[in-house]
Amino acid sequence: MDLYEYQAKDLFALHGVPVGPAQRVVDDAASAAVVAAELGVPVVIKAQVKAGGRGKAGGVKLAGSEQEARERAAAILGLEIKGHPVRRVLVTPATRIAEEYYVSFLLDRADRAFLAMASAQGGVEIEQLAAERPEALARVPVDPLTGVDLAAAKEIVRAAGFPAEVVDAAAEVVAGLWETFVAEDATLVEVNPLVRAADGAILALDGKVTLDDNAAFRHPGHAELADTAAEDPLEAAAKARDLNYVKLDGQVGIIGNGAGLVMSTLDVVAYAGEPTGTRPANFLDIGGGASAEVMANGLEIILSDPDVRSVFVNVFGGITACDAVADGIVRAFELLGEVGKPIVVRLDGNNAEEGRRILTAAALPGLSQVDTMDAAARRAVELAVAVAVT
Amino acid sequence: MAIFLDEDSRIIVQGMTGAQGRRHTARMLAAGSTVVGGVTPGKGGRDTEIGGTRLPVFDTVGTAMEETGADTTVVFVPPRFAKSAVVEAVDAGIGLAVVITEGIPVHDAAAVWAHACATGNTTRIIGPNCPGVISPGKSNAGIIPADITGQGRIGLVSKSGTLTYQLMYELRDIGFSTAVGIGGDPVIGTTHIDALAAFEADPQTELIVMIGEIGGDAEERAAAYIKDNVTKPVVGYVAGFTAPEGKTMGHAGAIVSGSSGTARAKQEALAAAGVKVGRTPTETAELARLSGRPSLV
Repeated sequence: MDLYEYQAKDLFALHGVPVGPAQRVVDDAASAAVVAAELGVPVVIKAQVKAGGRGKAGGVKLAGSEQEARERAAAILGLEIKGHPVRRVLVTPATRIAEEYYVSFLLDRADRAFLAMASAQGGVEIEQLAAERPEALARVPVDPLTGVDLAAAKEIVRAAGFPAEVVDAAAEVVAGLWETFVAEDATLVEVNPLVRAADGAILALDGKVTLDDNAAFRHPGHAELADTAAEDPLEAAAKARDLNYVKLDGQVGIIGNGAGLVMSTLDVVAYAGEPTGTRPANFLDIGGGASAEVMANGLEIILSDPDVRSVFVNVFGGITACDAVADGIVRAFELLGEVGKPIVVRLDGNNAEEGRRILTAAALPGLSQVDTMDAAARRAVELAVAVAVT
Repeated sequence: MAIFLDEDSRIIVQGMTGAQGRRHTARMLAAGSTVVGGVTPGKGGRDTEIGGTRLPVFDTVGTAMEETGADTTVVFVPPRFAKSAVVEAVDAGIGLAVVITEGIPVHDAAAVWAHACATGNTTRIIGPNCPGVISPGKSNAGIIPADITGQGRIGLVSKSGTLTYQLMYELRDIGFSTAVGIGGDPVIGTTHIDALAAFEADPQTELIVMIGEIGGDAEERAAAYIKDNVTKPVVGYVAGFTAPEGKTMGHAGAIVSGSSGTARAKQEALAAAGVKVGRTPTETAELARLSGRPSLV
C-alpha cells in the first residue's frame, strides 16, 4: 500500500523524524483559507496524490495570503495528476530552505537485501538525477540483520556528500527514517527533499512510503491508512469478498486460478483481441483450492462490471478441483438469475472431466466450453465483439 | 538424475499437523515421496496418521533430522511463524528447505536470506510462496500435482504455480526431469539462474523451459546467464504484458513500476540471449517441441 505524503510524514513524526511545522489536510478551498489563517501565511498548498511529479504538474503552490490560499487550493483540487484526481490538499507553513537533499531506503530485489540511496542534490526527480549524474547519488547496501545505526547513517550521508556541518543532524534523521522503514514494515521510505532550513534544522519536507501488505497482521493500525474512497468501486467490492481483483480497461471479463495463469490469460485475450481492439476487463485470481462460493462471488463481481461484454473462465486445476469450479458457476447462475452475458469456460487438470460434465449437464444459457486456452480466448473475444455490434 | 530432489530425498514437513500440512503430506505420500516425519513445536513425541502412514512428530527440525535422517523440509507454517521456522531449518543444517507459505512479510524474507548467507548458505531455500519442486516418478516436495505428467527430459523453472502445471500438461507426453516453482515474491531463495545452472549440469535434462512474469529483473539476469553459460536449448514464456503500471498482479513481486519489470523488457532480453519465447503457454510448448533434441520428439 502506497501512502499519501501527509500519512508518510505522520509516520515519520511517530519515529522521531522532524517533518517541519504543523500540517493540515483539507478537501475544499474554503477550509484551506481557514487553515492558512490559523497556521499563518505564507503557506504551501500541496496536492495529496499517490504519484510523483506533483510540482511539475502544478500540484504544489505557495500562497502569501488567505485569499491566495483559497485560490491556489481551488485550482489544485481541480487537477488530475497522472490519472489521479486531487481530492485533498495539505496546507503547511512555508519553510525557508537553505539546501535540499535526497534520502531513501528500499528493497533491492536483485541483492535480496535493502539499499540506502542518498544525494546532496535533492529536490529534483531522482530518476533524472540517477540517469544524468549517477555519481551524485550514493547507493549503500544495508544488511537486514544489522540495519542502520547512527554510525551507519553517518556513512550514508557522508557517501552522499552532505556538507560536513550537517552530517550529525542529517544522520539522526536518516537513522529515524530507517527506524520507520523497519518498524512499519515498509518496502520504500523516500524523502525528497530532505532540507536544511534557514534556521539550520534538518526536516523531511516530503515523504513517500510503501507499506508491505503481507505484514498487515502485525500492524493493526495500517488498515486505517487505506483510502477506500479512492478505490475503484468494483475493486472495493471484490476486496470486501477477499477476492484478488484488479480493474482494467477492456471488455472481456477474466477469472482464473493462480496469479501467473491469470496474467497469462489477460495476455492471451489481448493477443487474440488485437485485430478488433478487444482487451481484458480485469484481473481476478480465485486462488488455489478455490471453492464453489469463491467462484460464484467472482463471477458476480465481473458480471456487475458494465464494461464487460463476455467472460472467460480459465482454470487449470492443480489443488483447485474443476468440479468445484463448475459447481460454483452453476451456483452463480442460480444466484444471479439472468446472466445476460456470454461465458466461455476452459477447464483442465484436477477433476476436469467431472467439471466439464457438470457444466454440460447444467446446459446454462450463454455458456460454452472450449478445450484449449488459446481457442477459448479467441472465442471470448469473438463474443465480446458480437455483443458490441448488436 | 534430476535436480534438487530425487528418490533418495527424505522429507519432513514443518507444520504437518495443520490442515494444509496434513492435506499436502497425504498428497506427497501418494506421489511416492519419502516423507519421514513432521515438525510442530509443542507436539513432539506424538505420532500422527496421514494417508494410512504413521508419521512421527518432532518439536524441532534438529531432532527430526537426527531421528529420521531427513535432508529436505517442506514448510507450511503460517506467515507470522514462517521466519523462525525457516531460520530453524537453516540452523539445523538441512540441505533443502521448500517454503510453500504465502504472505510472508518481505522484511522477514530478507532477514531469512541474510541469515542463510551469514551462516554459509548450506541450505538451498526454494520459495517462499511457491508450489515446490517435483522430480516426477522420484519425489514431490510441495503442492505440484503429481499426476499431470511423468519422468522425462525437460527441466522447468517458473515463478508461477499454475503456469508450471499448464506447461507440464502441454508437454505431458515428453515428461520432466524436475519442475521447480521458485515463487513470485520479491525476495526468494533459489533463482531462475540457480535452476538453470543445475539443469545445465543435469544429464537427464535435455531442454529447459523457463517461465517468468513481470516485476524485478530476474529474467533479464537469467538471460545474461543463459547467453554465457547454458548450452542446452532454453524455451521461455513471460506473463504480464497487459499488466498496468503500479498494480500488483496477485503475486507480491508481480508489479511494474515505471519502466522496470515489464514483460516486454524480459521477453526482449531472453530473445537476445537466444531463448525462443512463446506468446502463449501453448505456443511455448510448441516451441519446446521444435527446439528439442531428436530424443524429445
